[in-house]
Amino acid sequence: MSDETKTITLTVNGESVTKLVDARTHLVDFLRGELGLTGSHLGCEHGICGACSVRLDGDVVRGCLMLAIQADGASIETVEGLTASGEVADLQENFVERDALQCGFCTPGMLITAAELLREAAPKTREEIREFLSGNYCRCTGYHAIVDAVETTLTQRLEKSS
Amino acid sequence: MKAAKFDYTKTNDVAEALSVLTAEDGDSKVLAGSQSLGPMMNLRLARPDRLIDIRALDALKAVTQAPDHLFVGALVTHAAIEDGILPDVTRGMIQHVAAGIAYRAVRNRGTIGGSLVHADPAGDWPAALRALGAQIVIDGPAGTREAAIDTFQLGAFTVALEEDEIVRGVRVPALSGSARWGYHKICRKPGEFAESIGAYVCDPESGIARLVLAATEDAPLQLDTAAAAIAQNDGAKFDLDAARMALTETGETFDPFKLRMHAVALHRAVAQAYGA
Repeated sequence: MSDETKTITLTVNGESVTKLVDARTHLVDFLRGELGLTGSHLGCEHGICGACSVRLDGDVVRGCLMLAIQADGASIETVEGLTASGEVADLQENFVERDALQCGFCTPGMLITAAELLREAAPKTREEIREFLSGNYCRCTGYHAIVDAVETTLTQRLEKSS
Repeated sequence: MKAAKFDYTKTNDVAEALSVLTAEDGDSKVLAGSQSLGPMMNLRLARPDRLIDIRALDALKAVTQAPDHLFVGALVTHAAIEDGILPDVTRGMIQHVAAGIAYRAVRNRGTIGGSLVHADPAGDWPAALRALGAQIVIDGPAGTREAAIDTFQLGAFTVALEEDEIVRGVRVPALSGSARWGYHKICRKPGEFAESIGAYVCDPESGIARLVLAATEDAPLQLDTAAAAIAQNDGAKFDLDAARMALTETGETFDPFKLRMHAVALHRAVAQAYGA
């Protein structure tokens, strides 16, 4: 089978979705345009800025660098899903607390990327947090507040689990 | 930007993938992790007529250990290598290299085979596997063949792969307990394309000593004479001047700034290998 379009079935934020997609449509255009999930943003569209970060089968990926057609059969989580599940509620609170966003364009990508770092619940230095977030660009905050928010969340989670 | 229109084929059969590569009209490209081809298509630097998605090819996901090497399937991701899921035959080298590639979101999708075939001059695997002296395993219509990495990459973004061939995987030589390695990248920020890469591997047991410079405008450059001298002196005399000299002796021309940077990358790689 080969064509310029294909019907795909995937799980998005826990719900099964079946749609006809163009082969050339990348995942985030599909999520935004077809499903109305506008939390994932498109910045550079060539894998540098990280605003399009989504979770594919549990791992963070660049939503602009994979085709929607490649997500056939996969499970996708967007910032909407992570918000609804409460997984990043503490991180979001700390983002607000620390003023870790201004325009908010990069925030969904930051949250999803940070969520992957936080999932391990292992101690990290600020330097390690910075390095992990280095593929997500923010043009407002200068990153300091973002690293604060992630560090605070990690500390709180480690305290809670100890 | 968005990718131009293309046809898309997904297959779980190597023979079918090979036949689609050549049977159709126009330009066909193999799609694996899509972390290099993806940006190039979005920027319309690449406009293939057809993509063949090979991610379902289980034959390309195998990881098998032999006494003298580790076979790593072409579809193994950088993240899998970074996480230490594979047996460690390189005293941690490939794990270290994998962890330094781009960002985690890219490492979760990008593949070792894709990196080799894409052959970006600043690519990590072409440099690191060259220093290790890996063998590339290639599937084609006539069967499977092997190629030494030294002759695989012909230049920037160019490899010795026929149109009807795909890379099945790579044989990574096992290092002995007395082997040493160093890998140093110079990047303006973490995860960015490297401005220079120095890689060094020396294994007294097998007599191997390889020094590689990458992130030039061409294929990785192998400095055998320098590597032999470094191994003989246990890295002692390989200072910055020696590194600059070794680079000059290759006959390649570098502008003064690049020469300095490349010398630093080589020097630091060797220093890392000898714990300096």
